[in-house]
Amino acid sequence: MAKVMGKVREKMMEKMMWQDQMRGVYHIAIKDMKTYYLKPPAISWGMVFPLAWTLAFYLRNPGDFAELVPGLLAMTIIFSTTAAEAVVINFELRLGTLERLLLTPLSMTSVLLGKVLGGFLFGLMMTAIVAAGAVIYLGLQPDFVGLALISLISLMVFSSMGALFSLSVREVFEAQTLLNLPRFLMVFLCGVVYPVSALPEGLQLFSRLLPLTYTVQGLKASFFQEQGAVLAWDLIILFLFLILFLLPAIRLLQRRFS
Amino acid sequence: MTHKSAAIIADKLTKLYGDLLAVDGISFQVDEGEIFGFLGPNGSGKTSTIRMLVGLSRPSGGRASVLGYDLPGESSQAKRYVGVVPDSSNLYDELSARENLLFMARLYGVPRKEQNSRVHRLLQDFGLYERRDDLFGTFSRGMKRALTIAAALVHEPRLLFLDEPTAGLDAAAARSLRRLISGLREKGMTVFLTTHYLTEADMLCDRIAILVQGRIVRIDTPEGLKHLIQDQSLIEFSFRGDVSALLADLQSRLEGGQAALLDSSRIRVYGGDPPRIFDAVFQSSRESGIGLESASTIRPSLEDAFLQITGLSPQVMAADKGSGKGSGVGR
Repeated sequence: MAKVMGKVREKMMEKMMWQDQMRGVYHIAIKDMKTYYLKPPAISWGMVFPLAWTLAFYLRNPGDFAELVPGLLAMTIIFSTTAAEAVVINFELRLGTLERLLLTPLSMTSVLLGKVLGGFLFGLMMTAIVAAGAVIYLGLQPDFVGLALISLISLMVFSSMGALFSLSVREVFEAQTLLNLPRFLMVFLCGVVYPVSALPEGLQLFSRLLPLTYTVQGLKASFFQEQGAVLAWDLIILFLFLILFLLPAIRLLQRRFS
Repeated sequence: MTHKSAAIIADKLTKLYGDLLAVDGISFQVDEGEIFGFLGPNGSGKTSTIRMLVGLSRPSGGRASVLGYDLPGESSQAKRYVGVVPDSSNLYDELSARENLLFMARLYGVPRKEQNSRVHRLLQDFGLYERRDDLFGTFSRGMKRALTIAAALVHEPRLLFLDEPTAGLDAAAARSLRRLISGLREKGMTVFLTTHYLTEADMLCDRIAILVQGRIVRIDTPEGLKHLIQDQSLIEFSFRGDVSALLADLQSRLEGGQAALLDSSRIRVYGGDPPRIFDAVFQSSRESGIGLESASTIRPSLEDAFLQITGLSPQVMAADKGSGKGSGVGR
């Protein structure tokens, strides 16, 4: 009987600890929203850049703009999440506040998830603005469930990618510069502005290794009501990319502080 | 779980950074309710030891437990009952004093209905209530330090690590913080204090471990440490000029005494036969042409005990982290 009671107590403790960890993730993300979302690097790379680029494409070719919406939305996702990650992680690395978070009972995984959630929420706000603008102004009728699913998983993927790159340097400007390499590479190779099918064969194969390709593909499927199977595969592949970015980011955080 | 009355047990604790041996197999025990001082110059391994004990870095060797939880395996459980004040005041500039404390209360899982009352009480205790809605970034250095300590107390820890709490503060702010730290002892909290200010350690600590180059060279009460040199003579000489270059010559003339440079014009001699010491100093002064201003015998302080035990100069200890300023101890 005592053994059973002990196990029940242990299970309750585990559940409490799990809930505490999740609460911690939430509070870190909310604090990041208050503290960092209006920092200049987040505004310039996360808000102004995707909005300016979207506007530039609209002004150049308003007639065929609807076709570009999935690509520009994907670009908003990658720039907003990664720009926010560079701010929420590198400001804290420089000021030593990230270390303060690690002194609390939260695990390193929870602290990192809190940071990833901070980038995710920033990206979600920006993506929602651009998507709502496109849907209302252009009268598009996307598959909203598909759009939400592909956007949410993509926001997590690129927020994790931002965390991984940001943790490998110290300063915000270093992180933004480093992140420009994958960001621009993907913008040009993943179908944001040029269709992947128009690229040389070698680059087409290479684009299959980049997560933004599946975001653009999934968004196109949602906006233009393509087959559900395509979207399902995109979601699965993006989930694999999420793990691929998240696990090394946790490892990198552990290595930095041990 | 290990000893009940021991808040911290370290057994041959070691930390290596590459080839650098920062902490060299130190062993000590801190009892519950005491203020334990960890004293040593910059780079002696104080912060490395704290980082291991608070779960921020893994020991390279040896064992440690905090409040009965073995490290590093049970560090997340230990963290619930431990408060840490790092050597820098690293709260959020963009949040107000109240928001910073509330954020820390939430991360430590302080019950929702108690959060506001605890935060308000701490703000009052630390004299920051009037500035509760001002941003942390607008605070003075002393106020930032006070709020950083308050943030470490918001979950009512049983053990508080204080890393150089008064470093870089002016005299008034340092005095005020030391009063707050003394108050923690009255509340029964165990405090692990690292400092390189000898007078501060003397004022606050029940016991002191002296750390030099990653090793503990002595653990005793402040009185016990001073007692070590109580029977020795201590004579301080002030000169009219710079005597730094004379030290080696003077040391060679002192039989059984040890000379230490206090500043460029003051020398303190420990031990030896006083008449011979006076002869040697007078002779050295005549030969060098640097006039002697005064000579006096003095009562041994913790600083004297420290100098005798470690052989380090007081300047090495006085060198402040980062700012290059003193803490205002004794000023």
